[in-house]
Order: sequence, then structure tokens, then C-alpha cells
Amino acid sequence: MGLRTNPKACYRSYMKVDLTKIDQIINQIIDKYKDDEDVPYISILQDINDEYRYLPEEALYRVSQKMEVSMSHLYSLATFYKCFSLVPKGEHEIQVCMGTACHVRGASRILEKVTRDLQVKPGKTSENGKFSLETVNCVGACAQGPLVVFDGKYVGKLTLNKIEKMLGGNHEKDNKTS
Amino acid sequence: MVNFTLNGLEVSVEKGTTLLEAADFYGIEIPTLCHDKGLSPYGACRLCLVEIGTPGRSRLVSSCTYQAREGLNVRTHSERVIKARKLLIEMYVALCPSSKVIQCLASKYHVTKVRFSPKHEDCILCGLCVRMCDEQMQAKAISFVNRGGRRLVSTPFAKKSEDCRLCGACIYICPACQTRCQGPQEENILCNACLNLEPPCLEKFEDVMCYMDPCVACELNTDKKPNK
Repeated sequence: MGLRTNPKACYRSYMKVDLTKIDQIINQIIDKYKDDEDVPYISILQDINDEYRYLPEEALYRVSQKMEVSMSHLYSLATFYKCFSLVPKGEHEIQVCMGTACHVRGASRILEKVTRDLQVKPGKTSENGKFSLETVNCVGACAQGPLVVFDGKYVGKLTLNKIEKMLGGNHEKDNKTS
Repeated sequence: MVNFTLNGLEVSVEKGTTLLEAADFYGIEIPTLCHDKGLSPYGACRLCLVEIGTPGRSRLVSSCTYQAREGLNVRTHSERVIKARKLLIEMYVALCPSSKVIQCLASKYHVTKVRFSPKHEDCILCGLCVRMCDEQMQAKAISFVNRGGRRLVSTPFAKKSEDCRLCGACIYICPACQTRCQGPQEENILCNACLNLEPPCLEKFEDVMCYMDPCVACELNTDKKPNK
């Protein structure tokens, strides 16, 4: 299925769990991979995760029924991979790099600033469901540090002012769209 | 057939046989915690490690997952193997001191001290219950959840599973579920109550006759060879 770095997927508005969507996804996937011996459960879960920004329990049950795979296998996959979430994620995903190079250049201050501005704790989603904050250990762009990955886009050489600009801009965008 | 050397013996086994199965066939005992004959090999506990290759250029492999190859030189009880195995047992005792299986292994392999702080875990993540539920019971009710240090065995969403038939096979096969016998000693991380038991052969013969457990050969031969 390749890498899923479709930033548009993150801007979709929040949806109620709609099982017909899941059936569609499953049917598409079955058509796509019907000749393969190994069923790509991970791809199905990735599609569902893109659609809902998390894996709803009902969706997992539906997949296990439709694909005749055990629920425990799906759950084990969903908890193993970091790209899956079992609780709803925010509209925007922010990953703050806490790797050595970024740490030396003040990543902890960046994290503190983001935490304070958005009222989110690392690993959590803000109460209005707009932002999910995560800390990561290295994204492999140490020359750009301190670094934040905002919805899959790398924002490097950050200062506290730049952070404000980045978040401020997105706040405006949210107001326009909503 | 595949010919190889097992502890100096020239042996031959069928193609596809693992070293653990070959050793079992030739009566050499290798301790395991995560292996069961009816289940697929997993290689999680590492207790079954053996030394392969010529001395000096040898390496340790888990015998339950390593298939016998032509001309292989396998040593199941070399100094290096025993040293590594004892360290592993020591760590298992520290991880889960309440398990009878692990305590008995410690006594058997003369592990007399534990240098690690006890963790008192309920699970050693051997995966026997998961494979039992999947392969033998065909229920697939439990699986590994999370990863790394947060890994554990659980049902989906930690709820009562619809797939579970309450057969109890997972508990039957679990090496950590069987609680240790305490005996008259005061509570300790390491039991070692069976440590002083001598091999039964020594009562009748001058030398240990076999490494089988339980040793039946010398009991059968008692009236034939009362040499001592």
C-alpha cells in the first residue's frame, strides 16, 4: 500500500462510526488483493485509521467478521503498530522531536510551549479534538533541529516565535473552515 | 537424511528436524520454557540454546528453531552453553520467582544465587498460551498486546472474549501459573530445595550412568550390576 502521508486525510471533519464506510473499504481491499495468499490486514486497518483517525472497536469487529480473522489478531496488530490508535486522534497531529540533537537545541522548551498553548499533554488529544501531541525520539532530520512534525510536514529550525506563527496560522485556518 | 555431530556422536536425522527434536530423539535433554511438541517453535525463552560450529568459531543458536544441517557440529552442554543457560535461568528466577517450573530448573542447573532484583511478574511472555489457544484449541481468544516493555497477553480490549470456550488449556500449558512448593524453608527468591538431591545412579554405580530424567535405566538394572 505504500506510505500513507496524505496530509488531506487529517483535515477531514470528525465522523460518527459509520459501518457502511468500513464495508466499502473492506470490499475495495478484497478486490485489490484477492489473488494474494496473505491477506493485508494491516492495509485494511491503515485505511480505516485514515478514515476515522483511529480504529473504532466496532470497525475491528466488522473486519474480523467480514474477513474471517480472529479479533485477537487484529487487536494485537492494532496495539503493536504506532500508526494505529484505539482512541480518537485530533484533527492535527503534532510530533515534537526529542532526539539528542533537538534536545541540545532546546526541544524541551518547544514542547513546553506547545503543551501550554494548546492545552495538550504529550500522548494526549486536546479536549476540543483539534490537536494530538506526541513526542518522538528522532525523525532523522537532526540538521533542522529543533524540529516539529506538523501533520506530516517537517517544520525545522524552530524558535518559540515560529511555533506561535505555525500554530496561530492553523488556528485561523480552523476558524475559516469550521 | 542429514548427518551431523551431536555432542561428539555421529547422528543422522530426517531433513527438516530441528536440533531440539534431534537431541530429544537421541536422549539428550535440553531445557526449554517456550517449547511444546504440539505447538510451532517460537524461540522466545532462549533456554534451548546450543553451540554450533567448530570451537573458537562457534556461535549460540536456539535449538528449537534451528534445523539440522549436513556436517554441523552441535554441542548441547558445552561450557559456554551452560554458562549462558545458567545466566538465563538466573534472570528467569528474578523475573518470576513464584513459578515452580523455573525454580525446579534453577535447582537442576545449580543456580544458587540470583544477582538481579526480583520483579515478581506473573508472565514470562513465552507465548505458549497464545499458541495453544490458536493452534491446538483453534479459538484464538488471546494474543499478545502492545510491544516492548508493555507487552502482555490479553483478550481484545481486555474484555471477556466471545471466542474463549473456557477450556483452560492456556493455564494448563503455562510455566508461570504453577506455583512453587515452599517447603520448610523461609521465603526466598530462590527455592533450591531440590539442589541436594544426588543422581540416583550414584547409590548403585561409581559413575553417573545417564543424564535422563527421571532415570529409569539404573532402576531396571539393579539386580544385574550390583558392582559397588
